[in-house]
Amino acid sequence: MKPRFPLRLPAAVAALLLLAGCSEEPQVVQYEQGKYQGKADSRPWEGGTFNGDKAAWERALHERVRSQNEYQRVE
Amino acid sequence: MARMKFLCDAERCIECNGCVTACKNEHEVPWGVNRRRVVTINDGVPGERSMSVACMHCSDAPCIAVCPTNVIYHTAEGVVLHDKDGCIGCGYCFYACPFGAPQFPNGPAAFGARGKMDKCTFCAGGPEENHSEAEFEKYGRNRLAQGKLPLCAEMCSTKALLAGDAAELSDIFRERALRRGKGFEAWGWMTAYGKDKEEAK
Repeated sequence: MKPRFPLRLPAAVAALLLLAGCSEEPQVVQYEQGKYQGKADSRPWEGGTFNGDKAAWERALHERVRSQNEYQRVE
Repeated sequence: MARMKFLCDAERCIECNGCVTACKNEHEVPWGVNRRRVVTINDGVPGERSMSVACMHCSDAPCIAVCPTNVIYHTAEGVVLHDKDGCIGCGYCFYACPFGAPQFPNGPAAFGARGKMDKCTFCAGGPEENHSEAEFEKYGRNRLAQGKLPLCAEMCSTKALLAGDAAELSDIFRERALRRGKGFEAWGWMTAYGKDKEEAK
C-alpha cells in the first residue's frame, strides 16, 4: 500500500531543522575571574628573619619607608 | 595591611640607571631580562624627564585577569607575584600589561620557546619557602621577608624612586610637593629638592 503523503516525514524533519534555528540559545560568553591555581605562598614575616612576629616586621618596614624621606633624615 | 607601591618622582630622576643595576645584581637576573628600566622623554632637550619603570603591582592587575593558567596572584601586601612552575610562556600577560613589565628570557620567540615569564617581584620572592635556594633561583632575593624594601628604591641616590606602603609614600611625596611649590622653576635643583626648612617658612 502506498502512503497517502510520501513526503510527510522528510517535510516534518526539514521543518524541525528550520525551526531549530529560531530556538538558538544566547551564545554570549560569561567570563569568570579565574582563581589562583599555583602554589601557596608564605607571608613575609613567616620563618627566617622574623619567625612569625608580624608586628616586628611591620615596624621594620615602617622604619625603612620613613627613612626614604630625606627631609626627616637631614633636618 | 600595607599596600605596597612604587612611586617615581620624575623631577628627581637623573637617569643614572642605579635602580636597574641594583635590581640586576641583587636578583642575578639573566641577560635579556630587565625587570626595571629607565624611560626618558624628550631626551637631550632642556626639561627632559626620566622615570624608572617596572611592574607597578596594580591593584586591579590586567596580567592576573588574562593569565590562562591562573598562576599570577596578589599577596595580602598588594604585591603581584606569579608561580613560575605553572607558567606556559604564552605572553598574554606581556600584551595585557600597560608597562611592559613581564619579560621572557628567550626574548621575542614563538609560543612555547620564550621561556617562563619573569618580572619585578617587589623583592618579595615567590611561592617557595622564604629565603630558600629554589626561591632565589626562580624569583630572586626576598628582601621583604628580611624587613627591607626593594633594592632599586633603597639604592636610588636622589630618592626619586620610592617604595613601600602607598599611604606612607603619599605622605612623603605630599611634603615634597609642598616644599617645591608651583611654578618656581621649570627644571632644576629647587624643583627637585625644594627650599630648605627656613626658606619654606
